[in-house]
Amino acid sequence: MNAPKLIVRNALRHRLRTGLTVTGLLVAVLAYGLLQTVVDAWYAGAAASSGARLVTRNSISLVFSLPLSYENRIRGVEGVSAVARSSWFGGIYQEPKNFFPQFAVSDNYLSLYPEFILPDAQRAAFLRDRKGALVGRQLAERYGFKVGDALPLRGTIYPGTWEFIVRGIFDGADEGKVTNLLLFHWDYLNETLRKSATLRADRVGVYVVGIDNPDNAAAVSLAVDAVFRNSLAETLTETEQAFQLGFVAMSNQIIAAIRIVSYVVILIIMAVMANTMAMSARERTAEYATLKALGFGPGFLATLIFGESLAICALGGGLGLALTPSAAAAFKSLAGGVFPIFAVSAETLAAQAACALAVGVLAAIVPAVRAARIRVVDGLRALG
Amino acid sequence: MVPLNYIARNLWKRRLTTALTAGGLALVVFVFATVLMLDAGLKRTLVTTGEYDNVVVIRKGSDTEIQSSISRAQANVIEMNAAIAPGADGLPRAAKETVVLISLHRRGSEQPSNVVIRGTSPAGLQLRPQVRMTQGRLFRPGSSEIIAGSSIAKGYDGTRIGERLRFAQREWTIVGIFDAGASGFDSEVWGDADQLMQAFRRVSYSAMVLKLAHGDLLERMRAEIDADPRFSGEVKREQVFYSDQSRSLSTFISVLGLALTAIFSIGATIGAMITMYASVSNRVAEIGTLRALGFRSRSVLAAFLLEALLLGLVGGVIGLAGASVMQLVSFSTTNFQTFADLSFRFLLTAEIAAKTLVFSLLMGFVGGFLPAVRAARLNIVDALRAA
Repeated sequence: MNAPKLIVRNALRHRLRTGLTVTGLLVAVLAYGLLQTVVDAWYAGAAASSGARLVTRNSISLVFSLPLSYENRIRGVEGVSAVARSSWFGGIYQEPKNFFPQFAVSDNYLSLYPEFILPDAQRAAFLRDRKGALVGRQLAERYGFKVGDALPLRGTIYPGTWEFIVRGIFDGADEGKVTNLLLFHWDYLNETLRKSATLRADRVGVYVVGIDNPDNAAAVSLAVDAVFRNSLAETLTETEQAFQLGFVAMSNQIIAAIRIVSYVVILIIMAVMANTMAMSARERTAEYATLKALGFGPGFLATLIFGESLAICALGGGLGLALTPSAAAAFKSLAGGVFPIFAVSAETLAAQAACALAVGVLAAIVPAVRAARIRVVDGLRALG
Repeated sequence: MVPLNYIARNLWKRRLTTALTAGGLALVVFVFATVLMLDAGLKRTLVTTGEYDNVVVIRKGSDTEIQSSISRAQANVIEMNAAIAPGADGLPRAAKETVVLISLHRRGSEQPSNVVIRGTSPAGLQLRPQVRMTQGRLFRPGSSEIIAGSSIAKGYDGTRIGERLRFAQREWTIVGIFDAGASGFDSEVWGDADQLMQAFRRVSYSAMVLKLAHGDLLERMRAEIDADPRFSGEVKREQVFYSDQSRSLSTFISVLGLALTAIFSIGATIGAMITMYASVSNRVAEIGTLRALGFRSRSVLAAFLLEALLLGLVGGVIGLAGASVMQLVSFSTTNFQTFADLSFRFLLTAEIAAKTLVFSLLMGFVGGFLPAVRAARLNIVDALRAA
């Protein structure tokens, strides 16, 4: 007998039930894909950061700054090629919910970040204007910033309203680079502080340290920290990647919860699918007995049941996979810039497919075993 | 009416299917309930952090104590405000505090987390009556002694009594563990304000906490501080201050959780619908018999709806039972607004339990409605022939 034909006929016998199951699978596979993408988006900043740059910060915590005088001492450490200043500004654009990172940076900062691509004319215009600012492409698109726009920020750490003029918009060198940020002149911040809050002037949030050879990152980090041991501001130097991962780790229980929940959705759909297969198999007990009486072995019955289960899962999973990229795009625009990078990775798609396959296989096991074990006489007696 | 006994037996008859469907529903209910519990726990933690009559003063423009700074001179001016309650010693009940972050290692983890360290004074301790020492003793003013909140002592390396933490060029000895009644202070380390400012080379305080002589004096005090040209400060009730600090975390948890629940409930409702459709189609002859015996189609509709509701209830109760176990677990994460670690518990309230059960019944109802309508509409003669 033609097994594929029988499988398709069986699957279409209860169209409503099959349709509902396929819908359930579609929703589950889609939800799983989106959740995995949310987790990936969390790590996007760390994944795209370089292992060839170090970040030197105050060892107590990021709240404490470092003296300006450290810059030249770090530059003197063997293996260091460049040192740039960067201070977290923490300003509010219009409303607190419009959060994006802002850094006051020294002029050589951009040369340490070759992955930020900026036209030369805009770079020159930025360097000329003390109040100039650079915004990333993702940020510019989020709020519609254009070159020449005035951009006021209300300082939370540094009081007052700070006026900036957008002098350039930079792009990321590749898709994965987060450009949801604003850069402005550290000198502007420092000069203002010298007038208004002398004690807070000449301080630097973190130093970004470029090194000659990425393989020496660990040795250079230790050498930098050794210079400042037992000083008023001891330092902690780590690669930019480790620094970024530190931020991600702070919310790792939330990420863990999202991960767990994304497996829960698979469990839920597994219950639904297993239920569908169990019901279909129970209703067909008499048929299976008939097939056995005709001489078909347990292997054939198993093929029928597994085939039907897998066919339904392939359909539901396939639709879910096909819809994932457009759902992710919709989610990204709904989230309104919370996730600057929100791309469905190939691993996620593969995991979705694997989950659909696993659901199909697991849901068929119990009914297949039952059908294989059934005695012909009992089965024929069953009314379904 | 069709007897309830008959309805319940139908579910029992097809145990595997019932268990799978109820299991799917239970998982959704579990996620729904834990999200609400997490949000309730977060809110409870931050509300109990504040006392109604206490007021926090920070620099205008800053949102958190960590961003704020108040100079010694400004602090002295604020301390003299007439709205502040006098203490037993006749001095105003006001605490000038310094609040910073230090990075500590979570037990069993290489990654550091930011922990709030609060420099306070005996007056500050009196302003927080919920804080009790559970082990050891208070720090002595003027010494490098610190005390750790109960969540800190549980979760971080080097925070047990007698252990030492090294930061800001000093060794700090933990001399006590305090319990702050499941409030945000449990996630903090406290020490002497002057010693900490000295060590951190700070010349100004971060924030002030004051006790109002009378709850209604807040507006007057705010007007006076706004009018004072020497200082631009923001005055907030302590409770409002702390709940504002967690607004974005709370929104994040509820939006994410409810979006997930909405998606999952589609899956589980579909599961219930499949089960109920099968339940109807297996019993066409039975339904015909019931109708022939004189049961109205209304009764058949009610019987199948009740069966679906019962299925939902079973799922709801299992899910809720699972969620109530989560009360033993505490959750800690970084508050995006303060960058500090905050730990809180899953909190099950009667309201959440009620909402959860209603939600599970609703899923059962939605899943069972169409199948029940189909059952009620069956033609008696055709249905009997199916046997």
